[in-house]
Amino acid sequence: MANTISTIPFKGTAEQAALLDKVIAEQKGKAGCLIPVLQKAQEIYGYLPVEVEEKIAEGLDVSLEKIYEVVTFYAQFALNPKGKYNVSVCLGTACYVKGSGKVFDKLKEVLGIDEGGCTSDGIFSLETCRCVGACGLAPVMMINDDVYGRLVPNDVAGILEKYKN
Amino acid sequence: MDMINVIIDGKEYSVRKGATILEACRSVGIHIPTLCYLKDINEIGACRICVVEVKGAKSLVAACVYPIDRDGTEILTHSPEVLKSRKLTLQLLLSTHDKKCLSCVKSGQCEFQQLCKEYGVDDENKFEGIAVKYEKDTSMPHLIRDNNKCVLCRRCVAACDKNQGVAVIGANERGFITHIGSAFELKLNEVACIACGQCITVCPTGALTEVDDTQKVWDALNDPSKHVVVHAAPSIRATLGEEFGLPIGTLVTGKMVAALRRLGFEKVFDTNFTADLTIMEEANELLERIKNGGTLPMITSCSPGWVKFCEHYYPDLIPNLSTCKSPQQMMGAVIKTYYAEKMGLDPKDMFVVSVMPCTAKKFEIGRDDQAAAGVPDTDVSITTRELARMIKRAGIDFNRLPDEEFDSPMGLGSGAGTIFGATGGVMEAALRTAVATLTGKNPEKLEFEGVRGTQGIKEASYNVAGVDVKVAVASGTANAKKLLDMVKSGEKDYTFIEIMGCPGGCVNGGGQPFQPASVRNFVDLKALRAAALYKDDENLPVRLSHENEDIKTIYREYFGTPGSEKAHHALHTSYVARKKLNVNK
Repeated sequence: MANTISTIPFKGTAEQAALLDKVIAEQKGKAGCLIPVLQKAQEIYGYLPVEVEEKIAEGLDVSLEKIYEVVTFYAQFALNPKGKYNVSVCLGTACYVKGSGKVFDKLKEVLGIDEGGCTSDGIFSLETCRCVGACGLAPVMMINDDVYGRLVPNDVAGILEKYKN
Repeated sequence: MDMINVIIDGKEYSVRKGATILEACRSVGIHIPTLCYLKDINEIGACRICVVEVKGAKSLVAACVYPIDRDGTEILTHSPEVLKSRKLTLQLLLSTHDKKCLSCVKSGQCEFQQLCKEYGVDDENKFEGIAVKYEKDTSMPHLIRDNNKCVLCRRCVAACDKNQGVAVIGANERGFITHIGSAFELKLNEVACIACGQCITVCPTGALTEVDDTQKVWDALNDPSKHVVVHAAPSIRATLGEEFGLPIGTLVTGKMVAALRRLGFEKVFDTNFTADLTIMEEANELLERIKNGGTLPMITSCSPGWVKFCEHYYPDLIPNLSTCKSPQQMMGAVIKTYYAEKMGLDPKDMFVVSVMPCTAKKFEIGRDDQAAAGVPDTDVSITTRELARMIKRAGIDFNRLPDEEFDSPMGLGSGAGTIFGATGGVMEAALRTAVATLTGKNPEKLEFEGVRGTQGIKEASYNVAGVDVKVAVASGTANAKKLLDMVKSGEKDYTFIEIMGCPGGCVNGGGQPFQPASVRNFVDLKALRAAALYKDDENLPVRLSHENEDIKTIYREYFGTPGSEKAHHALHTSYVARKKLNVNK
């Protein structure tokens, strides 16, 4: 299960906390306010670590588990920050039939993280997407804005190496 | 009440307008099976077991949430379509279920198993789902969660949230990997679980069970070097009979004692005795606090689920908690000090077993500051269910046992002690003795009706010797939360508060016999079981804690007076503030 407490140290600032306090104060008491608060919180912090979820739980007077239920139900919410380099593997139809699933498995193995995870040094995060519009190059992955195509699992380690310094 | 006419299975009936199909059918004697439905707290129509056909509806509807508001509604409760759907639902649930029924502690009492039998599920492997393998959560001393046997009905989630206000479990993730767990997949000992076990009592399957400690008891009983004694809590006598087919609310005190003796315990004591001892100490503590300007309101500390709740959620109220140990721990303490001295026994060679309605008692025995004789006061705490299991395994024909008496010198309990098992009972017992202490004579009427009944929050005011004593009683920690928030905001002001962790008090504790939802939804379990205790009180020769001869003796021979230094050492304890998340981030 990838959705445990993030191993990346929380680096929230006082400004971010003040912004979140404001959002909570605006939304508190409104029916169905939890999801809007979570969306704003993710805009502020980039992800929803335990520290942020605890703050929301306290502020809205709901249990931490209630928040976690919602966060793990919707794919739009992230429990880990994005790494310096975000690796995104296309699992759309064309890429998938060309073997992107195997590329993705190899990435998980090499990076030692699951989908939605971030390496503990904060360098790489890993996610999947559906079609980047480069089906002719399938299977495709992106690292930030760089596109890599016609991949085989054995390409993965070498490509990642280029980003390590 | 507005009534309307409906046609159920071709026959016309008059039912309450607005009632759900489930309620309406029930009112005319038609049973509809349910799985996820728990009245008032889990009405979510999720499991689809209760589906029925409603003429004109485009698909089958869930009877538990479908209100009847149209005259002439036609309902079919067991048409071929309905039966096919229910069977299919069961088979789909089975596709991800760990089907080790033979070794499951819930076998025979499992609601899922029962439904499979009723609906003729003949192939439990008809479908093969993506069966995720879950690790069991064994982090707490009182409970094991095995998600491989979970049917995702969410009854435990509802009990934890709605009845207890704890909400440390919920449905994590989605789709095939949906599972019940805590935030960030933390284990139960890393979140603020209060060990009340209410989740266990509502679980339809074997996904939630108590930690079975019976083997430790068998081992002690078979160890000739151990002096093994047992005592049973007030409410056990009102519920144990259910495990042997007796009606809910049957009092089985004498048979219970006989069964314990036949299991091989050297002495069978009555926890009612230490309930009385609690009253002596607690009433004294209350009067001292009033006299010396101590922290008020004082709040009872008998319920370890409530105590843990207070430590996690209201640590600022710890000074309000009575320092009295619970009756379970007081009994362990007097057995290993007073009784050990009397018998010339080394406390290290003694083994104290308690039979409790409660799973939080398993947590309580491991708390700090619970070792009057330098060894833990209690060695093993088992639930009503575990005792029943032992009696059955030993081949004891419970219903044919003669009635036997508890052993001396801790075998006498007053009526005040026996009502500890029902919400308001500790308060009533304390009031009886407080009145006697303050006025010098016993109250004319021993029944304090204002604190009786199964409502979640009760309040009453009594004038005792010219002093107004305002009291409140709450059961179920969600109610405790409501009450304490009113106290903290200054909206309410009391002298003395009784709080029990479980709704209705110990009679509805997390260790009590299972009753399926089909009973829980339509019968007031708490009231029926409590009635047995109030009847017991009425019929007992001594109904006031301070008039219990064994209590008088223990103070004369050992403790001196309530609140003495010796009493403080053995019978009182301390508490710690606990965090909501017990993890290093």
